[in-house]
Amino acid sequence: MSVLMEVKNLKTYFNTEAGLVKAVDGVSYHINENETIGIVGESGCGKSVTQLSTIQLIATPPGRIVEGGVFFEGRDILKLEKNGQEMRSIRGGKISVIFQEPMTSLNPVMTIGRQLTEAIELHLKMTKEDAKKRAIELLDLVGIPSAKQRLSDFPHQFSGGMRQRVMIALGLSCNPRIIIADEPTTALDVTTQAQLLKLMQDVVREFKASLVIVTHNLGVVARYVERIYVMYAGRIIESGSCKDIFAHPRHPYTMGLLRAVPRLNEPKGKKLVPIVGLPPNLLNMPDTCAFLPRCPYAVEKCRQIPWPELRTLENGVHQTACHLDF
Amino acid sequence: MNATESDILVEVNDLKMHFPVLRGLLKRQVASVQAVDGVSFKIRRGETLGLVGESGCGKTTTGRCVLRLYDPTSGQIVFDGHDITHLKKQQIRPIRREISLIFQDPFSSLDPRQTAGQIVGEPMKIHKLTQNDSEYQDTLAELFKTVGLDPAMLDRVPHEFSGGQRQRIGIARALASQPSLIVCDEPISALDVSIQAQIINLLQELQEGNEGLTYLFIAHDLSVVRHISDRVAVMYLGRIVELTEAVNLFDNPKHPYTRALLSAVPIADPVFEESREWIPLEGEVPSPLNPPSGCTFHPRCQFVMEKCKKISPVLKETEPGHEVACHLVK
Amino acid sequence: MDKAIPLENKTEFDESVPRVSSLKRFRRVLLSRKLVVFGLIIIVTSIIAAVFSPLLAPYDPYAFSLKDKFLSPSLSHPLGTDALGRDVLSRLIYGTRTSLIVGIGVVGIASLVGMSLGLVAAYFGGKVYTMIMRFIDTLMTLPMLMLALAIASLLGGGLRNVVVALSIAMIPAYARMMCGQALSVKENDYVRAAEAEGASNIRIMAQHIAPNCFPPLIVMMTMQLGHAILSEAALSFLGIGVAPPAAAWGAMVNDGYKYLHTTPYLSFFPGIAIMLLVFAFNMVGDGLRDALDPRLRGTL
Repeated sequence: MSVLMEVKNLKTYFNTEAGLVKAVDGVSYHINENETIGIVGESGCGKSVTQLSTIQLIATPPGRIVEGGVFFEGRDILKLEKNGQEMRSIRGGKISVIFQEPMTSLNPVMTIGRQLTEAIELHLKMTKEDAKKRAIELLDLVGIPSAKQRLSDFPHQFSGGMRQRVMIALGLSCNPRIIIADEPTTALDVTTQAQLLKLMQDVVREFKASLVIVTHNLGVVARYVERIYVMYAGRIIESGSCKDIFAHPRHPYTMGLLRAVPRLNEPKGKKLVPIVGLPPNLLNMPDTCAFLPRCPYAVEKCRQIPWPELRTLENGVHQTACHLDF
Repeated sequence: MNATESDILVEVNDLKMHFPVLRGLLKRQVASVQAVDGVSFKIRRGETLGLVGESGCGKTTTGRCVLRLYDPTSGQIVFDGHDITHLKKQQIRPIRREISLIFQDPFSSLDPRQTAGQIVGEPMKIHKLTQNDSEYQDTLAELFKTVGLDPAMLDRVPHEFSGGQRQRIGIARALASQPSLIVCDEPISALDVSIQAQIINLLQELQEGNEGLTYLFIAHDLSVVRHISDRVAVMYLGRIVELTEAVNLFDNPKHPYTRALLSAVPIADPVFEESREWIPLEGEVPSPLNPPSGCTFHPRCQFVMEKCKKISPVLKETEPGHEVACHLVK
Repeated sequence: MDKAIPLENKTEFDESVPRVSSLKRFRRVLLSRKLVVFGLIIIVTSIIAAVFSPLLAPYDPYAFSLKDKFLSPSLSHPLGTDALGRDVLSRLIYGTRTSLIVGIGVVGIASLVGMSLGLVAAYFGGKVYTMIMRFIDTLMTLPMLMLALAIASLLGGGLRNVVVALSIAMIPAYARMMCGQALSVKENDYVRAAEAEGASNIRIMAQHIAPNCFPPLIVMMTMQLGHAILSEAALSFLGIGVAPPAAAWGAMVNDGYKYLHTTPYLSFFPGIAIMLLVFAFNMVGDGLRDALDPRLRGTL
């Protein structure tokens, strides 16, 4: 398995009225070919900002990519000009994003057909006729019935689930290498969510692409991804294979998260163990571990040393940003 | 299972709530949204009944009918032995003290211009529950402590609290009138994962410390509903398709929809996930404007029979404490 | 009743954002703009001038002496005298009363009636809504100035009738705005919460809906003050406003208008006064809009 994209020490800061917010503070990860990875974390942990930063979709100002590199197809794509020809051909072409809210990510006054063919014509340099054929194929592929007729429909004529299917078709339209799905199903019902995630899994396999699922839902990760990165307060605090992390979490935050959600298959009557306190405020962050104020295992050493870097554990893959062993 | 009359706090019989769709200048009724279409259940004193289903299944509408925020189209709601279905606004006020509500959105559910203390204290003022000001202040402080908030924060405005804390204020307000029933409408779905467990535990602890406190817990998250409820009712298109002990829900689901719904919920356990049976559910929920004939689930059901398209199955007890509305289940 | 649940409130409460009292913040935002401060100064000055007119005016505003007519500004008459020899400065000071009485009176009556109608229409909906809003729509189709003219000619001139006329003309704007606000505020869950608590209709409207509708309406009221003053001036200018010889700025502009070529300052000074006061109310209205935004309360 070869590495498709590697993100190194990415830092994205936001200048707000109240001060500097280090939304992403030194994040490194990689995506292999034909792989599905999950980026997990609660709101405000920087998981979405990380993804948007890799394709330079951060509004500047207030945001700013301060440091880091994103290596894709042999070069650092962070060095490309933000709105230059090359970056645009990567963004939406080789790397596509599927957002959470399909209603606002589709243009309400353009037909679905036009939105699809526009992207195809632009990125794949196809003729109008070919682009239209391709668009119909794609809509078929994502399971939209009578695709040919629906090309001339507007977004509001589709239901929420159907719109998200259109978004997936749009994401696939230019034969991407990587699809980033940012909370793709959070606004949808469970049955629709299951349909769509299954669909994404299938099409990614068919296109031999890699999928990045950004989510707060641990169940989604457990069902669909191979490797996991857990984020907290702008950093990755644990990473490893899905099974390792669920079977044997090695960071107190991950352990806390797993104990805090009820599971359908556990014996009834088990008490949840909540994580005390609040997620951190990213303003005025201390140098020490950001989870320290909520950590049930905190020892004196935690207060003295700076936030530990990720360290690799015995099996060579699993990493944790905690100096304690569990 | 042999609940005597006095054990039953709420009884809902064949509840229907149809919202008219009005068109044109003269506001003629052209159709009706059958949000709730024949729902019956009982809630026992001190238990938690979970109401689960996908968006548009009528679970919220059912809750609001029990609260009498809507006037039901037909059916009967009996609360603590009194038929409250058709009570007028003045007659219903004493009942309002007995039933409170916790909302999903911790932001729009608190008046931004009131302080936390005023918000929590309002039910006490409306129902004149305290004799004098010092008793009022003491009760307020006590309520704040009960939900895990510092009484020093009484004079802060909602905006100064985090989402989880705001939800605690909402819970304190619901407790203020010392109700016997709290309708919890998606109380945790707007909160972060790490905060959800705090609120779930708080709700459970309140029930443990308060004999007879009853919840109608409405949510779309099956894992949460199963966790907190004693019994669970699964709704689909305005009807209850299955009603069972929460323990049985996962181990012994009977209705095809319940099974599909359960299998759609991913479980945070990759090993278990690998071995799970996956029941795909095709298509989408039909519009409640024009629900399918017979069993409303028949267009999506993999076991559909001729009978299902014509006759609507009734909810009947197939095993003690387990009710299913399906022609397949005997 | 219940057992208290031990919870570390300190860690749960985010103390890193310093708490600022809403009043302090309101003051700071309001006073941070020079134009708003300027507007406030003008308004305060006008109020002082109106309240203490007899003390501040150097002459009796109604005493005419034909031998002193058309005097140019001088030390004894800082703004000169008019065609009847009355002191312009004194008339200007007394005119502040007319302007403020009209402004406050009109906005007070119009907003009270308009907002009540709008609130009731929005809260009850259905037939009540249709009836009230159709009535408001009808009022709205009448041009404001025409309506005022009609009322003034029907009831006669004079301060009281000017106030009545302008109030009626301004009711629709308040009713519509309040209704729109209330319709959206009504959808908030806290209104449903109050309903579920068993609160009465009046309590829900007065405690929960109305206060949350106010911010844009307060801004509108401030700006309408200027508008009312301007309309009164226009009516007075047209000769159907405040009856002479009472001092009113609009009437003064009208008086001076006939001598525009020879003594332009007769129209100029009251004109400037109208402009300044209207401008002041608009600026303060603008400042209030920013300072009242409740979403920023507690931070910043």
